[in-house]
Amino acid sequence: MLKEISILIQKELTLEWRQKYALNGILLYVVSAVFITYLSVGAKQGNISSPTWNALYWIIILFSAVNAVAKSFVQEHQGRQLYYYMIASPESIILSKIIYNTGLTLVLALLGYGVFSIILGNPVLDQGLFLLNLILGAMGFSASLTMVSGIASKAGNNATLMAILSFPVIIPILLMAIRISKNAMDGLDWSVSADKIISLFAINAIVAAAAYILFPYLWRS
Amino acid sequence: MRQSWWKILTIALLLYTLIAGLLMDVPRLPILNETIRALHFHVTMWFGMILMLVVSVFYSIKYLRTNDIKNDDMAIEFAGAAILFGVLGIVTGMLWAKFTWGDYWSGDPKQNAAAIGILMYFAYLILRNSLTDTQQRARIGAIYNIFAFAAFIPLIFVLPRLTDSLHPGNGGNPGFNAYDLDSKLRMVFYPAIIGWTLLGSWIATVRVRMRRVERILEDRMINS
Repeated sequence: MLKEISILIQKELTLEWRQKYALNGILLYVVSAVFITYLSVGAKQGNISSPTWNALYWIIILFSAVNAVAKSFVQEHQGRQLYYYMIASPESIILSKIIYNTGLTLVLALLGYGVFSIILGNPVLDQGLFLLNLILGAMGFSASLTMVSGIASKAGNNATLMAILSFPVIIPILLMAIRISKNAMDGLDWSVSADKIISLFAINAIVAAAAYILFPYLWRS
Repeated sequence: MRQSWWKILTIALLLYTLIAGLLMDVPRLPILNETIRALHFHVTMWFGMILMLVVSVFYSIKYLRTNDIKNDDMAIEFAGAAILFGVLGIVTGMLWAKFTWGDYWSGDPKQNAAAIGILMYFAYLILRNSLTDTQQRARIGAIYNIFAFAAFIPLIFVLPRLTDSLHPGNGGNPGFNAYDLDSKLRMVFYPAIIGWTLLGSWIATVRVRMRRVERILEDRMINS
């Protein structure tokens, strides 16, 4: 199974590399979204309060992640999906997609972080905690969004459906991530955030487990 | 489900809840005063909603295992009754909050979590309506129902406990357990939970039977 997953992840990477426009498109999406935010709030460097910085950052990451992950079941048409159905188990397909999308979301989050730091200033005091939180947040986003994009793809996959199905499911993850990230920005001691990190991890585990159990039923239909 | 004893029990319990809940003597707590009676009409809505959502998820799981459309009828109608209770719970909560906290919406974590939960189940209804094939609608609806429930549980049970809530019993506010909810309140509260939940199940089962009758009529029309 591990071998199957690694081959499937390689396949995702190769596909992404062949159609570079999709990847470049989403990267440009992040950069322009940050720039629009910067212009709209009219903030000179370092002039923006840290809760606002935090909220803007996570909102942008949320929307970019929704857009990036939404295509994970769309870009492959029916015939090819039937082919995967015959050669791979649904469990390894969902796991490989979740792992791949975690990486993709993490890349988006890091890029967003970089652009934010350059043009809006970097108020984060505890870089280690902030990065750990980004990794956990990317895992949670990718687990829930991959499953929801699978559901939306069965329902004619329009963008509205993807958004309304995923937002309520993702809110617990988003709220925890925003709280931890605020603690990291204020440079609070790790012991303050420990229980929040554990709950974020637990929510991720619940969502990922639900996706793992339910995906075979979705895949079969 | 066609027996009548539990329907008589529902009516008896709800009559008792209405009369005793509105007329019985209640403990005087600061801020809460007489509004503590909302316990029997607002708090019970949430208990009813959660219980019916559990039933709905149970039938969704059963549907995925058996592919029997009858289980899907139960799942959607129990979810529908739970959504009704959720909306009533939010409205009664907002009225109550206006008189105790001074605002209809105060951004309380439990209020927000309840609103998100409602959004989740409205999305469930829209997802179902966007699919036309009956079996596919049932299957994908069941999958989202279970998935949403898995995300809903941490939302309402874990997150509000991490921050201070304005709700009685949280963050130093006078609550029911803190001052030892006297047994008088409990005597109405527990029957009220059972009564409201049974009323919701009654609504759901009536609608399930309507669905089945409609399906049979449709089949007859197609085959004749």
